[in-house]
Amino acid sequence: MAEKKNTCDLFDCGHRACGGCGEALAARLVMQAAGTETIVVNATGCMEVFSTPYPETAWKVPWIHSLFENAAAVASGIEASLKKQGRKEKVVIMAGDGATFDIGMICISGAFERGHDFAYICYDNEAYMNTGIQRSGATPYDASTTTSPAGKCSFGNKLPKKDMPAILAAHGAPYVATASVAYPADLMQKIERAINTPGPCYVQVHVPCCTGWGFEGDQTVAIAKLAIETGLWVNFEMVDGKVTKVKKVVRKPVTEYLKTQKRFRHLFKPKLQETEIAAIQAIADRNAEKYGLDIKLPPKKE
Amino acid sequence: MTRIEFWQGNIACAEGALAAGCTFFGGYPITPSTEVAEHMAAKLPKRGGAFIQMEDEIAGIASIIGASWTGARAMTATSGPGFSLMMENIGFAIMTETPCVVVNVQRGGPSTGQPTMSAQGDMLQVRFGSHGDIAIIALCPATVQEMFELTVKAFNLADKYRVPVFLMADETIGHMREKIIVPDTVERVERKPFVAGTPAFRVTDPDNIPGFPAFGTGQHVHVTGLTHDERGYPCATNPNLHMALVKRLVDKIENARDEMADYDVINPDAGQVFVAYGAPVRTVMQVMHDKKDTNIGFLRIRTVWPFPEKALAEFKNAKRFIIPEMNLGQISREIERHVCVPVRSIPKLGGELHTPEELVAVLEEKA
Repeated sequence: MAEKKNTCDLFDCGHRACGGCGEALAARLVMQAAGTETIVVNATGCMEVFSTPYPETAWKVPWIHSLFENAAAVASGIEASLKKQGRKEKVVIMAGDGATFDIGMICISGAFERGHDFAYICYDNEAYMNTGIQRSGATPYDASTTTSPAGKCSFGNKLPKKDMPAILAAHGAPYVATASVAYPADLMQKIERAINTPGPCYVQVHVPCCTGWGFEGDQTVAIAKLAIETGLWVNFEMVDGKVTKVKKVVRKPVTEYLKTQKRFRHLFKPKLQETEIAAIQAIADRNAEKYGLDIKLPPKKE
Repeated sequence: MTRIEFWQGNIACAEGALAAGCTFFGGYPITPSTEVAEHMAAKLPKRGGAFIQMEDEIAGIASIIGASWTGARAMTATSGPGFSLMMENIGFAIMTETPCVVVNVQRGGPSTGQPTMSAQGDMLQVRFGSHGDIAIIALCPATVQEMFELTVKAFNLADKYRVPVFLMADETIGHMREKIIVPDTVERVERKPFVAGTPAFRVTDPDNIPGFPAFGTGQHVHVTGLTHDERGYPCATNPNLHMALVKRLVDKIENARDEMADYDVINPDAGQVFVAYGAPVRTVMQVMHDKKDTNIGFLRIRTVWPFPEKALAEFKNAKRFIIPEMNLGQISREIERHVCVPVRSIPKLGGELHTPEELVAVLEEKA
């Protein structure tokens, strides 16, 4: 049988993810872009759990789950040893936002400093979903999670989302990008570029979680798209630390995105929290200014 | 007035901490302990306490060490993989005599093992896991009631002995729900007061415990994990000083072994004696209930470390000790060190409790 280079079933169907899981969709697209000559290093998390028990095992490439904090270090060992052996397999790290933004930071920093040739893919669903929806450094402002519960004393998570792409660009990563499951062609293009660029590259993929965010599983792509259209998620590429490409939009108000998810429900019921929503709108406005998001429409003719 | 609740073990642990006056929780989510953190996240801020979700378990235990030095009662909760990450900081807390409470809701190991299944595989790690010669206190609850009571006790022992105290629960007790009688108030033992103007780590009492000079109480206290003199200043090359310090840190726990021993003795004249802690206690209780045989004894242990060796001596006619454990026989080795009769370990891995039939089969073995 001829080798299939870009085959869509390297992350196979039949795994245990929730219906409408954003990160399962991302994994499939990542593997489609990565191809058969790939070794996957997977950090602890939902993906590790739902995609591995036999017979629902999804991975059709060599795959290692190490621990929560050390995927970048295990990948460092794989990459350095492959290089010494003159081998050409690509090393792809798959890690969630908790494993990336929080517990994995030390190993990530070391690996990016040393400059190993790998692609680090962070599938970002903005909380620890595997253990039951606890906040992470990627959780957006005001999202309710089990460790940042909204209630009488709180509107949810009070901390801003950590700017992980900037942190890795500051390490000298040659290619850093953000992507979304709402734009699969763009996502796959960025994965290919990350894999084919020598050195440590980083792609952060926005993957809505129907269980953790509170929406029906058929809305995953629509919600991912709304994140971009409201300016709360920005799709961009950075080459050698400079932003080279940004997905521009005609922006919608952030409420269009927030009202679709139960994690933001407390901003609308029992009463509209205008100050909090204004603070979230300000985050989108800052993104728009920083990245030049807004498409300038021609003035309407009278 | 007490009140009756129907709580999960992990919730009872968190409520016990709140009742004990815990005002700081720093931790990281991990199955099967996460409910402790979630409950503290919801409750602590309302009571003027601080809940911080840290970036990993190293940071989790480090944060409670910091909080403890401000005078706060501080706690973290975790399970096997997180517990392994905490080992270096546990040694630091021992060396610096920092009172703190670490909850380990044990799951199947090694490594990530069985996240949702019950185990008692960390019983030797808690005693010996951090490097160097150390002594710690570890408590094992067997009921939801004990999750509450032993958490309170853990804070009192931590403050009294200035040592990290471990609530070594297991997934069974952490996740089960049962009736609990919640008291209105609980006993509180304070840290020994510090005498102003004296060296920060000077010990004058025979209990080997110095007074606690919390940050901000007028002392220029110097806290270091290096071998230090009584002023707290590093002095890492003096052999006698190191010997004296480490000996004192171990003695203050080991010499109080009898004082803090917490156990029940049932049928002390029995020939065959079960010894259990944590979830296996429940299976032994069932066998005791079914058999109603005074020749079957039971030693139920709550303070596993320091091991209450005097309790074994209460069974003067014991011909054999039988130890069901959800590991490959960790505490049974400790018991072997203390008795002259045969010790029969009943190891069980995989996450399920021993059945009464498994224990009865061992009782009926020919010697």
